[in-house]
Amino acid sequence: MKRIIVCGLIMLGLVLATKLIAAENQTLQIDGSTTVGPIADAFAEAFKSNYPDLEITVKKTGSGDGAAALIDGRCDVATMSRFMKDKEFKAAVDKGVFPVAHVVAMDGVCIVVHPSNPVTQLSTAAIRDIYKGNITNWKEVGGSDLPIVVISRDNSSGTYETFHELVMNKEEMGSKVEYVNSNPQAHARVKTTIGAIGYVGIGFLDANVKALKVDGIMPSRQTIATGQYPVARPLFMFTNGYPKLGSMTYKFCTFYLTETGQEIIEAKGFIPVTNY
Amino acid sequence: MDDIVRNDTKPAAGTGQSLVLTPLQDLGGFLFHHLGRLLLFLITCSSVLLVLLIFFFVIREAIPFLTKFSLTEFLTTKSWYPEAATPKFGALSLIVGSLYVTIAALVFAVPTGILAAIFLSDIVLLKIRDFIKPVIEILAAIPSVAYGFFAVLVLAPWMQNKWGFTTGTNALNASIILSIMALPTIISVAEDSISAVGRELREASYGLGATRFETIFKVIIPAAHSGIIAAIVLGMMRAIGETMVVWMASGNANQIPSPWWDLSQSVRTMTATIAGDMGETPKDSPHYWSLFAIGVVLLVMTFLLNIISEYFLASAKRKTGKS
Repeated sequence: MKRIIVCGLIMLGLVLATKLIAAENQTLQIDGSTTVGPIADAFAEAFKSNYPDLEITVKKTGSGDGAAALIDGRCDVATMSRFMKDKEFKAAVDKGVFPVAHVVAMDGVCIVVHPSNPVTQLSTAAIRDIYKGNITNWKEVGGSDLPIVVISRDNSSGTYETFHELVMNKEEMGSKVEYVNSNPQAHARVKTTIGAIGYVGIGFLDANVKALKVDGIMPSRQTIATGQYPVARPLFMFTNGYPKLGSMTYKFCTFYLTETGQEIIEAKGFIPVTNY
Repeated sequence: MDDIVRNDTKPAAGTGQSLVLTPLQDLGGFLFHHLGRLLLFLITCSSVLLVLLIFFFVIREAIPFLTKFSLTEFLTTKSWYPEAATPKFGALSLIVGSLYVTIAALVFAVPTGILAAIFLSDIVLLKIRDFIKPVIEILAAIPSVAYGFFAVLVLAPWMQNKWGFTTGTNALNASIILSIMALPTIISVAEDSISAVGRELREASYGLGATRFETIFKVIIPAAHSGIIAAIVLGMMRAIGETMVVWMASGNANQIPSPWWDLSQSVRTMTATIAGDMGETPKDSPHYWSLFAIGVVLLVMTFLLNIISEYFLASAKRKTGKS
């Protein structure tokens, strides 16, 4: 019995000690978008090896939650796949928080079809009509007489959000649209279905699917980074004011400028904003 | 046990200790006995409690939806646009989608499963049966996501190329995979109940001059029917609750196929909707509540199926006189 009590006391001591040490460490709280989440995760991973004393937590709860967390002071960096809404900005300023946006990467969504499909380009409006179910056959857009199999990502994915906003103008898709739950699966469905149309992140383009020109512009790193390609959007990190130079927050928000940062962004299927 | 100890007053052999307990020992034994029972009772209760808690939480999260939106609209319309500016929660096509793939899966799985059960219990040699049964049970051990990959990467392109389907991920694809997944349940429960039909019935049938075919279809199957129905219902529960496979194989298009028998079209099930939408849904939003409302519909369905299967299993036990 005595031994148990002694053990218990030692354990308690250890726990308290680690708590005290931890309190002296620097912490970095990151919260927000599920789209930017993988970038933040990989940045955090890189930071952990560079600054072993730093404690980073990355939460992926959605852009809106990220903004709310920054406004409430619950996080140092809010990752967002869209700019702050008027309402959020106002709420922030009312609470004495001044959001500053850092564009860390560009996200481009490529519209893909089966390689045998003769169609090479579509307008945004035509793509929207296809997804709304107004156009159901490839011959209506200059292709062969073949029913269109429309494939979308599930509506909890960031890719879906981008597409929904930039192509669909937030209008609802038709009832014939099929949903798949990952980029590889969307790729696989388009690769194996002759009449399919789908959309994937630019990292998933290969010879098995054919990317379409949208409004006459071919998706590429160049056209996405320069903003010519219409289905592209910037990805943000928001901080309260511009972070103090040299602080951890500053290092984190400018990590995308470093070579490692750019490699991470490309590895995650996004486009670095640095046009090198 | 207690009675024996209390009545035995002889000293225990070789120990010199009296077998008569002191009051303290007696009290200790009494407490140990009853506390032990209480503890086991509580542990057993915890699983019952868990079921009740699940019911409670699912229903609690669904209640805000039921108070703010119309239940009839939820159950009878088919536009499901939970994230639109004016959200629409029509779950009809999701409910119909679940029923579609489940019923189609049963159409494939029930005849196959029952015939396989008869083969295993009445026809094949015992040695071979002991080899086949574990193999069938392995089917139940394959993770459903592996079935899903098979559905998307093998079955779907195959259906498109060989059968000329426009889309390979459709109701038929999902139900074929689901039927394979429901088979082990159906075979093993049906086989148990067919084996449980007594030898005397079989011998009496043969004694009356019936052939093996007649014995099987006119005597054994009618005698084992409650167990077979229970097997079917259990297989149905397996199919209706399955998520990963239908999420990957059914195509998830939010529609009721037209014409209604056209299984080559994509459908979306309740389970797939919950799994697909849950990720990004903000807590305590109408969309979040609506997913729990779907969960309630699903719970009610499986609960009813469970009661039916319990009823038939119980009556199967009564008939064969075995417990």
